[in-house]
Amino acid sequence: MANVRMHVLVCGGTGCTSSRSLEIVDALRAEIKAQGLAEEVKVVIAGCFGFCEKGPIVKISPDNTFYVQVTPEDAKEIVAEHIVKGRKVSRLLYVDPKTTEHISDSKHMDFYKKQLRIALRNCGFLDPENIGEYIARDGYMALGKALFEMTPKEVVDEVKKSGLRGRGGGGFPTGLKWEIAASYKADQKYVICNADEGDPGAFMDRSVLEGDPHSIIEAMAICGYAIGASKGVVYIRAEYPLAVERLQKAIVAARETGLLGNNILGSDFSFDIDMYYGAGAFVCGEETALIRSLQSERGEPTSKPPFPAESGFWGKPSNVNNVETFANIPVIFLKGAEWFASIGTAKSKGTKVFALAGKVNNVGLVEVPMGTTLREVIFDIGGGIRNGKKFKAAQTGGPSGGCLTEKFLDTPIDYDNLIAAGSMMGSGGMIVLDEDDCMVNVAKFYLGFTVEESCGKCTPCRVGNKRMLEMLEKISEGKATEKDLGRLRELASIIKDTSLCGLGQTAPNPVLSTLDNFYDEYLAHVRDKRCPAGKCKSLMQYVIDPAKCKGCTMCAKVCPAGAISGKVKEPHVINQDKCVKCGACFATCKFGAISKR
Amino acid sequence: MDKVKSLDDLRKMKAAMQNATELREKGQNIDKLIEVKVSMATCGIAAGARETMAAMMDEATKRGIKNIVFTQSGCMGYCHSEPTVTIVRPGEEPVTFGEVKGKRITEIFDSYILKGELVDGIIPLSSKSIHD
Amino acid sequence: MINLNIDGKYVKVPKGATILDAAKQLGIEIPTLCHLDLHDLGVVNKAASCRICVVEVKGRRNLAPACATPVTEGMEVHTNTMRVLNARKTVLELLLSDHPKDCLTCAKSGQCDLQDLAERFCLRENRYEGGAQSTYKKDVSPAIARDMDKCIMCRRCETMCNDVQTVGALSGVNRGFNAVVAPAFDMPLEESVCTFCGQCVAVCPTGALVERDYSWQVIEAIADPDKVVVVQTAPAVRAALGECFGMEPGTLVTGKMASALRQMGFNYVFDTDFAADLTIMEEGAELLDRITRFLSGDKSVRLPILTSCCPAWVKFFEHQYPDLLDVPSTAKSPQQMFGAIAKNYLAEKLGIPREKLVVVSVMPCLAKKYECARPEFAVNGNPDVDISITTRELAHLIKRANIDFMSLPEGDFDSPLGESTGAAVIFGTTGGVIEAATRTAVEWLTGKPLDDVNFTALRGLEGCREAKLKVGDLELHIGIAHELGNARKLLDSIRAGTVEPFHAIEIMACPGGCIGGGGQPYHHGEMEIIRKRAQAIYREDEGKTRRKSHENPDIIKLYEEYLGKPLGEKSHHLLHTHYFKRHKI
Repeated sequence: MANVRMHVLVCGGTGCTSSRSLEIVDALRAEIKAQGLAEEVKVVIAGCFGFCEKGPIVKISPDNTFYVQVTPEDAKEIVAEHIVKGRKVSRLLYVDPKTTEHISDSKHMDFYKKQLRIALRNCGFLDPENIGEYIARDGYMALGKALFEMTPKEVVDEVKKSGLRGRGGGGFPTGLKWEIAASYKADQKYVICNADEGDPGAFMDRSVLEGDPHSIIEAMAICGYAIGASKGVVYIRAEYPLAVERLQKAIVAARETGLLGNNILGSDFSFDIDMYYGAGAFVCGEETALIRSLQSERGEPTSKPPFPAESGFWGKPSNVNNVETFANIPVIFLKGAEWFASIGTAKSKGTKVFALAGKVNNVGLVEVPMGTTLREVIFDIGGGIRNGKKFKAAQTGGPSGGCLTEKFLDTPIDYDNLIAAGSMMGSGGMIVLDEDDCMVNVAKFYLGFTVEESCGKCTPCRVGNKRMLEMLEKISEGKATEKDLGRLRELASIIKDTSLCGLGQTAPNPVLSTLDNFYDEYLAHVRDKRCPAGKCKSLMQYVIDPAKCKGCTMCAKVCPAGAISGKVKEPHVINQDKCVKCGACFATCKFGAISKR
Repeated sequence: MDKVKSLDDLRKMKAAMQNATELREKGQNIDKLIEVKVSMATCGIAAGARETMAAMMDEATKRGIKNIVFTQSGCMGYCHSEPTVTIVRPGEEPVTFGEVKGKRITEIFDSYILKGELVDGIIPLSSKSIHD
Repeated sequence: MINLNIDGKYVKVPKGATILDAAKQLGIEIPTLCHLDLHDLGVVNKAASCRICVVEVKGRRNLAPACATPVTEGMEVHTNTMRVLNARKTVLELLLSDHPKDCLTCAKSGQCDLQDLAERFCLRENRYEGGAQSTYKKDVSPAIARDMDKCIMCRRCETMCNDVQTVGALSGVNRGFNAVVAPAFDMPLEESVCTFCGQCVAVCPTGALVERDYSWQVIEAIADPDKVVVVQTAPAVRAALGECFGMEPGTLVTGKMASALRQMGFNYVFDTDFAADLTIMEEGAELLDRITRFLSGDKSVRLPILTSCCPAWVKFFEHQYPDLLDVPSTAKSPQQMFGAIAKNYLAEKLGIPREKLVVVSVMPCLAKKYECARPEFAVNGNPDVDISITTRELAHLIKRANIDFMSLPEGDFDSPLGESTGAAVIFGTTGGVIEAATRTAVEWLTGKPLDDVNFTALRGLEGCREAKLKVGDLELHIGIAHELGNARKLLDSIRAGTVEPFHAIEIMACPGGCIGGGGQPYHHGEMEIIRKRAQAIYREDEGKTRRKSHENPDIIKLYEEYLGKPLGEKSHHLLHTHYFKRHKI
């Protein structure tokens, strides 16, 4: 038996890989070999650790040293000092911003203390391309338990008992969804995994697929057994090449090991999975549009009923679930539905993975029990607002969600609370906004996205959202009136009420939410023709204070539009008609004479 | 990877694959295990700390001790007594042993690791390590 | 049965019915736009995309589309609350906000479903006017003109073209605000596999898809003192023209139509039906020839014989089955046979060169515009048929000529190309061509006169029909299909060998046959209209003294004087054609 005494886990998620983490792996392996330690020290590419702000991450086991912002050039030192001599490289350790002390074990970090990684349990721990490691950690045991110790109905009941709700955004009770699909009789049924993850900035599903693809395969097989489906389909967005590759390899490995295919583990149950690729349409994350896309048809949603459980892929009963939903399934069977239901709130069980982004210090992937407050996520885990600015709002649910303001900071996060607060859970994107963000601009950004992604089938979404966007553009250019705000609100509610699918029905949410919570900002734009946050370029002006201006002419020199005039040693003036608001003068002035208004 | 044709096969494969991730599992639960920290600074290595670590790991395997994990630390300052090994039993204070090689390894296993009984040659600890 | 409540009234409907169906039963007319339900013809568009028909359903968070929401037991529906009215108005305003405002010069003005809604909703201002417009290049083909600025994404044309006709020339393209229905790669319709069946035009609710209008050319021809202008009218026209003047669907207006044409100034008013009888002579002879040779053991004979009078069907065949081009009958369509006879026989009789003769056809059809322009139907650049106009264009021309259609007397067609039998008239409906051919073929085969000329087994509106007729020792196996999707089904089953061999098959591209053609007065989704037109056709047949094509005295005279015999040299030269391989995509 080889005396492997140390594992060096290097993050192989997309974020860290783009920052050369695979080069770190190569460098470490080379250096370890050079030191003759190849038999004792193993370098493993693991999944996302979640602390993307501080990537690339390298974690040493078993002493649990968590190195941050590692570069391939650091490999030599890590080997020489830590691996050979056991001396931690302190400059690569995380520094707690509050105490300014080094923390080497991640479980002591504020970022991790309040997290409970269930869906992400294997990310950052296992090598996603090694099925053996998954099996070592009870992989496919849940499937074994289901196949040999439970009937399909008992499997469905267990999921129901767990209280798991869809993690893709809808929050529909998963057990009930499985039960409905199981109730239809057909010669063929399908388990469909929605891996389209279209919300801008969301990467929860991506990390699961990159870091723990086998959990999805196992979950889909369990679902197949429960509902009576022998075929699984993964619809994965083509913009995730690493996730595609990892999942493809995992499926092949599962087949080779006999965990996919005929008579799995010697039972009567056969199941296999095919992968299909999206082509860049957000709307294809909607289950009926997804199914049409799978059938090589134009990715447009269809009316429900009939629901996919009754008539889905090729008209057969199909169960569609999100990646994160599936990620929770194996652990429900390993640790029991009761255990799962003991986590979270009364109506929202388990945990939720959030892609925390925006103006927080600790940007990354976090998983918290339902019921954790927004304040805990943003200020404890997220480390508070960057650059000491003031919190303004947290946008959840992506383009379908709304803004949660300060008064909701102590709201326990769960499906129903977020809806009551005027937003929604969505797939898990959480963008933190500060005082420098203009809420009109935020609404415009999200609406611009949905207008671009609308399939164009139904009138309210195709034309209505476009008209709303035009109104927002008018507002941000200072060309709108207060009456327009009323019209905007009315149109938004009618679009919500009449659109055919979830995209159109929720596209107005950012608009309505910002109108509700930041009406004064809208008023400033239309009445005072002013953008309080200073973001909307048309409403913003750069002005030179003649009292402070020394006439050094530096600003005039950097101005690309030739909008600044003035003689040497005399106060200069910005011609607002020529000014393109690039801000170069503002950045150049050493005397603080230029300000935004 | 062999094919698994039954639940039993899967269980066997799990057992066989255990060591692949064992180290990491242990790392997650260090406070519940017996931690054996071998000093691996320059003097330690010169005095044979690597051989000590390998020997102790072998010994643990031979005796079938599962709840034990081996880590290393930097120089503890006891250069005169290298190789030094600090052993932390769950819930107990760390105890450092000096000149750990050869027969002493067996001694330490028999007495302290298995039974918690101290043996001669312990070095009093007066400083905390980065771990704490 | 399901019980539900709409606007306070109770109603019972079968399971699977929609809120729209249930409301109709109560006499509540929920407005619709994209919805189209001609389920008897297999033409159903349930896109639920316009969102005009939304209603309130108790317990449902958002509004429901009445056309696509199945009823449930105890459902409570409200069709006219403030919430619904506001929503409906807004949806219409949104549609109009991205629509050209040229109603006054639009081909669909007065016939437009969108215009009707604006009028019905009393829309006096549009709060969402003034924004960006989705605009597209205009596309004009010989038969169909596309102005997709007016497209409202109802998908009726797409459903027609893909699901019903299985031609596949149109589909949704682009995404979001610029989404539109168009041929692939934005190619002109003319370059696609479009058959010009015109069914897209027949169902388009706005002016996005309309026919290519040639009525001005007709006026110019009539006004030209140097030209002799003759007109031929298809059988299906007389069963529908009256609708354009407010008459009940199914009113026969043959006499008034002839009078109107005469009053408009045509030099001669002839009847396509005459040429239909001629077609039967040629095609009947062809059928007989193939059958006799087949029965005598000739292995090279191609059976079944397929009718070839429908130009949309012919083009469909050329694109989709280019390997079977020797299977259809080589006989030209009645329109083209008429043209050939007119420009040769008639021109000779009148002593004028063919260039001085202008042949105008009035057709229920858009493909006929394309057919008359096919190069093989012209001699030295002079077409056999110069202009083809639709029933709708004729109605406009009549109104333009200041004619009070309703008060016209019953007129007659002229000789020698105006006499026709009942067999010719039934060309206008599905099953009619083959019934006409059968009346002649049976008498020729058996040598005995028919007791009963009515072959009711061949009649009906089911998409694919077949019948077996005993003719002496022979059991004639006849197949009939209308709508190109059904034609494809039939042909594919023949290719696959899953059906008993047929001797003869009649194919019509349009639902119901020519009476449902792309050039007929708009039916706006009313199935009854199609049915009544078919009944009218059979009524005209019954009203005729002569009901077999070969008994048409003018036809007999034509052969004696001019053509010789069916399939003879002159007949072959003037009255038969050949086909061309065309691309699939």
